[in-house]
Amino acid sequence: MELAQSFVEQPLYKRLKPSDWLYAVLVLVAAGQAWRLYNPFMDGYEQAILAGSAIGLVALGWFWKSWRWFFPLSAGVALLGISLYHGQLARAQTAFWLKFLLSSQSAIMWMCTLFFLATLVYWAGLLTRSAMLSRMGSGLTWAAAVMGAAGLFVRWYESYLIGSDVGHIPVSNLYEVFILFTLITALMYLYYEARFATRQAGAFVLLVISAAVGFILWYSFDRQAHEIQPLIPALQSWWMKIHVPANFVGYGAFAMSAMLGVAELLVLKGVLKDRLPSAEVLDEMMYKAISIGFLFFTIATILGAMWAADAWGGYWSWDPKETWALIVWLNYAAWLHIRLVKGWRGEPLAWWAVIGLLVTTFAFLGVNMYLTGLHSYGGL
Amino acid sequence: MTKNSRNTTLYKLYELFSSMRFAIGLLTILAIASIIGTVLKQNEPYPNYAFEFGQYWFAVFEQLGLYDVYHSGWFLTILAFLVLSTTLCILRNGPGFIKDMKAYREKASDNSLAAIRHSVELPADKVDPDALRAYLRGQGWRWREHQREDGSLVLAAKKGAASKLGYFFAHIALVVICIGGLMDGNLPLKLAEMVGSVVPETRDIPQSQIPAQSRLSTANLSFRGNVTIAEGKSGDVVFLNAGNGYLVQELPFTVSLKKFYVDYYSNGMPKLFASDIVVTDKATGKVTEAQVKVNHPLIVDGVAIYQASFGDGGSPLSLKAWNLDAPQMQPVDIKGISMGSQPLRANGKDYNLEFGELRVFNIENMSGKSDDAAGKSLSQRMQDAREVKHEKQLKNIGPSISFKLRDKQGQAVEFHHYMAPIQQDGASYLVAGVRSKVSDPFQYLRLPLDDKLSLERFMRLRSAFMNPALYDEIAQRTTAKAMQGSAISPAMQQQFAGSVKWILARFAQGGFVALEQFLDEKVPQDKRQAVAQTYVKILQGAVVDVMDVADAKAGLPPASADSQHYRFLLDSLVGISALHDYQAPVLLQLQGFDQVQASGLQLTRSPGKNLVYLGSLMLVIGIILMFYVREVRLWLRCGTASVRLAMSSNRHNRDLDEDFRRRSEAIQQLVRGK
Ligand code: HEM
Repeated sequence: MELAQSFVEQPLYKRLKPSDWLYAVLVLVAAGQAWRLYNPFMDGYEQAILAGSAIGLVALGWFWKSWRWFFPLSAGVALLGISLYHGQLARAQTAFWLKFLLSSQSAIMWMCTLFFLATLVYWAGLLTRSAMLSRMGSGLTWAAAVMGAAGLFVRWYESYLIGSDVGHIPVSNLYEVFILFTLITALMYLYYEARFATRQAGAFVLLVISAAVGFILWYSFDRQAHEIQPLIPALQSWWMKIHVPANFVGYGAFAMSAMLGVAELLVLKGVLKDRLPSAEVLDEMMYKAISIGFLFFTIATILGAMWAADAWGGYWSWDPKETWALIVWLNYAAWLHIRLVKGWRGEPLAWWAVIGLLVTTFAFLGVNMYLTGLHSYGGL
Repeated sequence: MTKNSRNTTLYKLYELFSSMRFAIGLLTILAIASIIGTVLKQNEPYPNYAFEFGQYWFAVFEQLGLYDVYHSGWFLTILAFLVLSTTLCILRNGPGFIKDMKAYREKASDNSLAAIRHSVELPADKVDPDALRAYLRGQGWRWREHQREDGSLVLAAKKGAASKLGYFFAHIALVVICIGGLMDGNLPLKLAEMVGSVVPETRDIPQSQIPAQSRLSTANLSFRGNVTIAEGKSGDVVFLNAGNGYLVQELPFTVSLKKFYVDYYSNGMPKLFASDIVVTDKATGKVTEAQVKVNHPLIVDGVAIYQASFGDGGSPLSLKAWNLDAPQMQPVDIKGISMGSQPLRANGKDYNLEFGELRVFNIENMSGKSDDAAGKSLSQRMQDAREVKHEKQLKNIGPSISFKLRDKQGQAVEFHHYMAPIQQDGASYLVAGVRSKVSDPFQYLRLPLDDKLSLERFMRLRSAFMNPALYDEIAQRTTAKAMQGSAISPAMQQQFAGSVKWILARFAQGGFVALEQFLDEKVPQDKRQAVAQTYVKILQGAVVDVMDVADAKAGLPPASADSQHYRFLLDSLVGISALHDYQAPVLLQLQGFDQVQASGLQLTRSPGKNLVYLGSLMLVIGIILMFYVREVRLWLRCGTASVRLAMSSNRHNRDLDEDFRRRSEAIQQLVRGK
């Protein structure tokens, strides 16, 4: 009997460690401080979003232990940067630490560099079968993610330094969401990397992140897209704060699944077979990624529809971006059916996931480049 | 179901429609159809399509409904089939799933338990069912027991039955969403159009004259239409797009626009669009006042009112008309209303003057250099990449008006004029754009303004150029000056005066282009350069005299001979020359206006919206249940000296392997009795 008792599954709150509680208190204190400072400037929805974010962050930290240091660290780096501004944007070009590390653009350039390095190191680790190099790859990816998250936080602050009517959350244009995309993709990958105890797939996932980083660099050096612009009326809505991030969890997951698909295809063809994880593991990671992506993409599309109802007068207008979101969604719905209902595995689904990335990329970028519509994310 | 009924066509159809194969096929077709709609711009005016595709393909595409794919019959049919297919799928799988949800399968035979992939026979010292029950309870399993005849006991447990519930949620959700969408779609309207009880209006006629067959009553359940209301005016209908035409939807209330606001950021981007509106119910007279903004609609009577666009609501304008064909005439004042049209008679010819939009703000980047990085050095780019804010010299260059001048033959030339003087390098200009094709960019001309910021002096100069009666006097003065500066010899005097007159005449006739033409035709190529320079020199000298003569004729003192004025004269030469391409008998100079704005409102009634939202919620719940609740079954068959543990899950994945390993260890410990 006593033995049986010892197998009793403990409820969640009993399984939490002091460090979990410490983290939760930290997040709640921070949220409380944000509330105290900014409450007068927020409407009811934004207050709800703040409260929801606090709860979500606590939950995420409890669910994924690495988050418990990642988030406070990024926030700390961002706060350090913010404290150096003394309320003057111009200090970004004069104060040493801001100029070379902590201003949003510097932090983002560091993020870009670290992602490139991580890609190289992951590949080196894969090709030389060096566990140490692969571990370094993870470390660099983590570092890049910290800089990226801190950069976005600082950018948020900087936008208010430009003008109190200009300030807004940095998810309002293609440049900003690309950073978000690399960040989310990297974090999701790091989660699965730990979960499946395999680092070799990083070489592939980091490729798509590097491509996005290449785009970010081109976009800011050639097009000066990094400039903070105020929000046009259509984007002045609290919906943006939840619709856009939800979408990018979806895009990030789909991008990751495609790269895992590439890895799986290679393994099935016998390329790098003895260096990469087994096809089954890759297959399962791919499935996990697509299912979380599908969930978030569904939520994002629904939120988008609700936003559209407020902004454009109808929850569905067959605007090209909307329509392409539907196409992406249908694509992955079909993928999931084939896998879960028909029981397909392996090569065809891997190919399909790879092609899915093309569809997703078109929805994400191509629509802005080639089609016009109501979405104001701006063309290239 | 009997063998016979399974062979009927109906049953075969049922099987087909409820099959995954069919559903996936539908999803694919739906996706492809949707792509067409995003590639081909939807709901454009029909002539645009005809222009793009040519008559033949235009007609074919029209037949296929490609100009409004998402409302075409075939697209709606696909959607309807998807609803049907999903419904049948639920009906087909549902009963089985429900049975499965309820069942524990405690009667499973030894053979089938052994055949399960995760199954193991554990040797036991002492089988204590109570310990196993306690284990199951502690782990949160629900189970059923079955005492077999052979004395063994089967505990059949399961977890996560909600996973199957997810299937119901997600798939019923799709049906609910589609029904909501169809309620808000224009299916009834399409049907009415097909039987001919509703006919879209294609003419551009006043709203009150639109016949009843193109009007929809307030009883119409769902609509989405637009109306533009000027400040101080009101509207009680909206216009719905219907293929090549439009329909008029009556509203249960009247919307009046008190004021429209538009606000800009310092960089010229729009910051706020808002309308103060008053909604008065027709039946009850109830009045609702509110401000609608983008992202903040007003909902009255189930109709949501959105800020959709804005424009010019017809602003009274005052203009000065300079007669270009009779330059000696004084300008006349005329009145007009933007967005309106009026007849204009000039020099005996009749025109129609069609005003376009009055734009009060025109914000331009005055820094001169373009924003693209092509010409920048790497270090400059690095520097730029570090800053999130770039200084731009943005300037509001003031109001502008566009208008068309249409002649008797229906040919129109379009103009775009700025009202305020535009400063460039210390001088002021009137800037006027002209084009004769909508697809062309405007060609802008700069007419220099005098010290009083008026066009008068320029026009006086031009008038003198156009007046051959003055040429003698001008030539005389120019020649005299040339003699004084000993640029010419006395012997050449006569010939020089002749040249001056000839150049004046030629320039007055066709500007620099006319002179160039002459050079091209009559002067050998090797001499052209030199002759052209001479001409320009003469012209630049003569223009001073033209101005002096013109001023003298008007009884005005001559202008001081400073560089400022000389520059004015040179700019005037360019302006006079450019006016030859202006293609209009009059130059209309905007003098003042009284801005009346209009607000474009979109009004929608969408009774299906709540269904769609309900369906969406169900969909999310369903997906979470399906993906993240794992249905797991576990069997313990307790024999005398062994216990068989078997586990199965609706999804095979590595989670189950791990789970199974952990549980077999636990059970093994339990039955070992230690
Ligand atoms: C737009 C249409 C549809 C969408 C987006 C959709 C979505 C989904 C999703 C996301 C799953 C999850 C996969 C799983 O966890 O099993 C699923 C499962 C399933 N779907 Fe659909 N579905 C659609 C239409 C249909 C249709 C028409 C059928 C009928 C043939 C169907 C049959 C099934 C079945 C049998 C399952 C497996 C349920 C289970 O075993 O738990 N679906 N569907």
